[in-house]
Amino acid sequence: MNITEIFENLDYGKAPEDAKLAYAYLKEQGSFGHFIDGKFTKAKNTFPSINPANGEELAKISEGTKGDVDKAVKAARKAFIGWSGLSGFERAKYLYAIARQIQKNARLFAVLETLDNGKPIRESRDADIPLAIRHFYHHAGWAQHIKSQFAGHEPYGVCGQIIPWNFPLLMLAWKIAPALAAGNCVVLKPAEATPLTAMLFAKTCQDINLPNGVVNIVTGHGATGAAIVEHDGIDKIAFTGSTQVGKIIRQTTAGNGKGLSLELGGKSPYIVFEDADIDSAVEGLVDAIWFNQGEVCCAGSRLLVQESIEKKFIKKLKARMNKLRVGDPLDKSIDIGAMIDKNEVERVSNIIADGVKNGAELYQPKGNLPNQGCYIKPTLFTNVSPCDNIVEKEIFGPVLVAMSFRNPDEAVALANNSAFGLAASVWSENLNLALDIVPRLKAGVVWVNCATQFDAAVGFGGYKESGFGREGGAEGMQAYLKRSWEKKLKPHENNQNTRSKAEPAALVSSIDKTAKNFIGGKQVRGDSGYSYPVISKSGQEIAQVSDGNRKDIRNAVEAARKALVWGNKTAHLRAQILYYLGENLDYRKGEFAKRLRQLNGLSIAKANKEVDLSIERLFAFAGLADKYDGKVHNPPMRAIAMAMNEPMGVIGICTPENNSLLAPITMMAAAISMGNPVVLVPSKNNSLLMSDFYQVIQTSDVPAGVINIVSGEADILGKVLSEHDGVDALWFAGAADDCAIMEAASVGNLKQVWTSGGLDYNWGDNEKMAGEFFLEKATQVKNVWVPYGV
Amino acid sequence: MNLKIVGSDSGVALHKRNPGFPLDMDWLDSVVMNRSALERRAGTIGARRSVKKTHQAAWLLKAISLIDLTSLNSDDTDGRVRRLCAKAKNPVRSEILHGLGASELEIKPGAVCVYHNFVATAVEALDGSGIPVAAVSTGFPHGLSPLKTRLLEIKASVKAGAKEIDIVIERGQVLSGDWLGLYKQMQAFREACGEAHMKTILGTGELATQSNVGKASLVCMLAGADFIKTSTGKEKVNANLQTSLTMLRMIRWFYEETGIEIGYKPAGGISSAKDALTYMALVKEEMGTKWLAPHLFRFGASSLLTDIERQLEHQVTGRYAVDYNQPLV
Repeated sequence: MNITEIFENLDYGKAPEDAKLAYAYLKEQGSFGHFIDGKFTKAKNTFPSINPANGEELAKISEGTKGDVDKAVKAARKAFIGWSGLSGFERAKYLYAIARQIQKNARLFAVLETLDNGKPIRESRDADIPLAIRHFYHHAGWAQHIKSQFAGHEPYGVCGQIIPWNFPLLMLAWKIAPALAAGNCVVLKPAEATPLTAMLFAKTCQDINLPNGVVNIVTGHGATGAAIVEHDGIDKIAFTGSTQVGKIIRQTTAGNGKGLSLELGGKSPYIVFEDADIDSAVEGLVDAIWFNQGEVCCAGSRLLVQESIEKKFIKKLKARMNKLRVGDPLDKSIDIGAMIDKNEVERVSNIIADGVKNGAELYQPKGNLPNQGCYIKPTLFTNVSPCDNIVEKEIFGPVLVAMSFRNPDEAVALANNSAFGLAASVWSENLNLALDIVPRLKAGVVWVNCATQFDAAVGFGGYKESGFGREGGAEGMQAYLKRSWEKKLKPHENNQNTRSKAEPAALVSSIDKTAKNFIGGKQVRGDSGYSYPVISKSGQEIAQVSDGNRKDIRNAVEAARKALVWGNKTAHLRAQILYYLGENLDYRKGEFAKRLRQLNGLSIAKANKEVDLSIERLFAFAGLADKYDGKVHNPPMRAIAMAMNEPMGVIGICTPENNSLLAPITMMAAAISMGNPVVLVPSKNNSLLMSDFYQVIQTSDVPAGVINIVSGEADILGKVLSEHDGVDALWFAGAADDCAIMEAASVGNLKQVWTSGGLDYNWGDNEKMAGEFFLEKATQVKNVWVPYGV
Repeated sequence: MNLKIVGSDSGVALHKRNPGFPLDMDWLDSVVMNRSALERRAGTIGARRSVKKTHQAAWLLKAISLIDLTSLNSDDTDGRVRRLCAKAKNPVRSEILHGLGASELEIKPGAVCVYHNFVATAVEALDGSGIPVAAVSTGFPHGLSPLKTRLLEIKASVKAGAKEIDIVIERGQVLSGDWLGLYKQMQAFREACGEAHMKTILGTGELATQSNVGKASLVCMLAGADFIKTSTGKEKVNANLQTSLTMLRMIRWFYEETGIEIGYKPAGGISSAKDALTYMALVKEEMGTKWLAPHLFRFGASSLLTDIERQLEHQVTGRYAVDYNQPLV
C-alpha cells in the first residue's frame, strides 16, 4: 500500500514489537532444566513450549518427576530455617531486589510472555509485567513489617504452588511474593504451556543472590503438580486453576493438615443499569471479556443489562466488537491475540457451535482470522437463558453471553444464579443503587463502574466454587501465615475431664423428657422417630434425645437459609441479641452447672467456671459484632477499594466432646455475631445441654432459623452437612479421622472447612478463642473497587 | 429523543449542515459521563493503536490537513499573520513530500485561525489557496462582552471574509444550569454566522464535570453548531483525551439520533506528532475513519506542524531532525 492510499484509508499497518533479543535468549538457552536449590538442573525428559501464534517451538522444557519434586522440597526445607530466621528488613531487601531486577528486564519478560502465551504485547507490557513488579514491591513492605502487622503469626514452612497459563508471571508473583514475605520457601510449578517467564524469573533469583532453596521451580504437567500436592514435606498448597482440579486437590489434602488456598474458575456477571454511562459500560466489557482472549478466571462473561436499554446497548456493543483487532500478539495494535493452544481453540469452538445449535443467537465481527495460529473471534451470544450451557459453564475464551433483567432484585438473582462467585461488575451512576447491589452479590471482588482491576494491595479471590483464600493485600498475607500457638497444638487426649462425685439424675429433673431438635425457631420432633438415651456420668439415663438424621439436617439447613437475612441486620442488633443470650444464660446458670456435673461429672467449681466462661464468651462476641471491620486499601489509582468482611452464609457446626457448653457457645456466638445462621450438632453425649440451651435461645429474641440444633451422631450428621450444597462453611471439632472425612466431603460446593484436626484446643483460653480466630473463619473478604471523579 | 429527521444511513455522499433542533431537556437529563471510565479508555488508546513507518507518514500528512493553523496572541501583527499564511500555503517542504512519495497529495491545513482584526489580512494572504480563514469571536476567550457586541463581532468577521467563526460560550451558563439561556445564545450566534460555519468553544477546562461537558456539547449541537471545540487555549486545562472522548461520544449520539454529523476540534496543548496520532486513533476507533476529514475534525494548534515536519523529515532521511530546519510557522 502506498502513502497516498494510506492517506485516504488511514489503515494502521503493522506495528510489530521487535522480538530479536527474546529469540536470542531462547536460542542461547535451548532447553531448560528445573530450578532447584539455586541451580538449574540439566534438561531431561523434555517437552516443547510452543508459540500459539504460529506453532513454532520456543524451547524444550523438562518434565518434573517425583524425584525432582522431592529434591526441590528438601532444598526448600533446608532453606526455610535460614530464610524464616532473617529479619523482615533482610527479606524485604530481597523482594525489593526481585522487583528491581524484573523491572530492568521488563521488556524481555513481556516479549517472552507474549511468545509463550499468545497474549497481545500491549497486555504483557502494560499489565502482566508491571503488575508482577508491583506485587514484589508491595510485598517487600509486608516482609519488613510482618512482626508488627501480624503479631503472633509464623510462616507455614514450605509452600507448594501450582499456577495456570493465562497470566504466567503475574500468577507466579501472586504466589511467590506473599509466601516469601511471610518467611516461607516455595516449590512452584508453572503451567506446562507457559514456563518461560518462570525460568527467566529463576535466573532473576540467581542474579539477586536469593539464598539457595528459597524459590524452587519444577516444570511439568499434571503429574508433577500432583507430586507437589501429595508431598509430605509441604505445609501449604496454593493453587490457581480450574475448579475441577481444585476439587481434586481439596480431596487429596483432606486430613493431612496442609494449609490450602484455591483460586478457581468463574462466570462473573457484568451488570449494567439503565442509568449507567452506557458507552463507558460498553468499553468496560472490552476489559472484562476480551482482555487476554477471555482466558481470565474473573472475566465478565455474563452480561446482564437492564431491559430498558438492552437493544441500544447490544447495538453499541456490536459496533464496538467490530473495532476489535484480532491477530499477531506481537503487533502493538492488536486487541485480541492467540488462544493458548489448538486444544483450547477446538474446545471453545465446540462450545460456540453448541450454543448456536441450541438456539442462541451468535454475533461475531466480519473479517478473517490469520491463516495460522490459535485464534477465535470475539463472540457475543444473545437470546440465551440461565438454562443454557453457555450461560452456566465457564467458557474461558472470548465469548460473552447477554441477558436482560427488569429490576435490581432480578439483576441480583441472575448474578448469583451460578455455582461460581469470583467477581462482578456493576455499572450505574447512582451510588445508592450501586452500593445497594454490591453487598448482595456473592462474589469476592466487585468492580463498580470498571472491570478487571487488579492491585497488589487489594485482595483477590472467590466465594462459593470459585475457591477460598485471598491474594493481595493484608488478607492475602494471611493465607501464608499461621498462628504460632496453633502450630504448637498437641493431639487431643480422649479421656477428658477429671471426674468428681457424680450428680444424681434426679437433681436436675424428674419429669419424663424427650429433647427435640430445634429448627426454625421451634422445637421439632426428629424425622426418624427414634431417640437415644443420654446417660449421666453415674450411669443413669437422664433423658431421651431425638436421634437426628439427614432429613433433620436438610430441614435445619433450609430453615437456616431462610434466615440468611440475619447477615443484613445491623451489627448492633446482633450484638444486642448475643448480650441477651448471655444475660439469660446467666439467669439459669445454676441449672446449666448442674447439668454439666450430671453429664460430665465436673466438679462444682469446674462446672460453674464452664458456665461463667460461656457467658463471658457470649459477651465477647457480642462486643466484637460491630468491631471486626474491614479495611480500605490503597490501589495506585483514584479509587476507593473497600475490603468488606461479609458473613460466609450458613455455617454447620459440630462441637467437641470436651467443653461441652463452652465450645458450642464459642462457635455459635462467633458465627452468628458475624451474621451467619448456624446448624449446630452437639457431640452426642452433650446434646441434652444444647437442648436445654434452646430454651435460652427462645427467650432471647433470636430470630427463627438463626440457630438450629440437631442432635445425633456428629460424624454422620457432620458429613451430611459437609456434603450439603446449602451449607457455606463447616466447623468440625472432633477426632482426626473424622476431620479428614469432613474435609474430603466438602468438595461438592467447595465450602470452607475448619476442623480441629484432632488437636487439643484450649477452649477456655479467652485470648485465643474469644476473638479473631473464629471471626476470620466466620467471614470472607469482599473487595469492592469504586473509582470516582466527575 | 425522537429527532430522527434525516435518514442519512445511505452514506457519505453529501455533508448536510446542522439545521438545529429543539432543546430536548429529557435528552439533556439523560447525559451521564463517568470520568474514571473515560480516563481509562483515553489512557489506553495510545498504547492500543500504533502506526509506524509509511503508515505513520501518511497519518501525519493527514494530520496536517486537519490543523487549524493558529495564532491567537495579543501581540499578533499583520506581518506575523502573513507569515502564518505563508506557512499554511507551504506546510511541508516539497523535498520531503517528494521523499515520501507524496508529491501528488495536495497537503494544506484545514484553516488559518486568527483574531478578527487579522481576518482581512489573512483572507488576502490566502487568496487563491482554497484555505479558509477562521476567526475567533464573541469576546474570545472569556465570552463575556455585551451580547450585542458579540453578535456584531461575528457579523463583522463574516463580512471581512471569515468562513468559520470560533465562538465561545458563557461558561457561567453551564455552571448555573441555564441551558435554555445557552441554547438561545447559540441560536443567535448561529444566525449571525449565516453561511459561515460555527465552531463552539466550550472552555471544557472550566466546566467542572465531564457530564457538564457532555450536556454543553449537546445544547450547542441542538442549537445548530457545526463544530464543537474544547478550549480557547487560554484556560488552565485545555484539550485532553478524556474530554475529547466525552465530546466525541456526544457527537456520535447526536448523529445516531439526528443523522447529522458534527465536527470536533480539540485545541490547546496538542503540540507533538505523537499526540496528534493518538487523537486520530481515538477518533478512528470511536467515530470511524470518515470523521478524520477536515469538515469533521480539526486540531487547533500552532507548534504541532513543526513537530510533524520533523517526524516526516526523519522518515525521509533516517536522521532525527531539528526544529530550526523547518520554516518557521
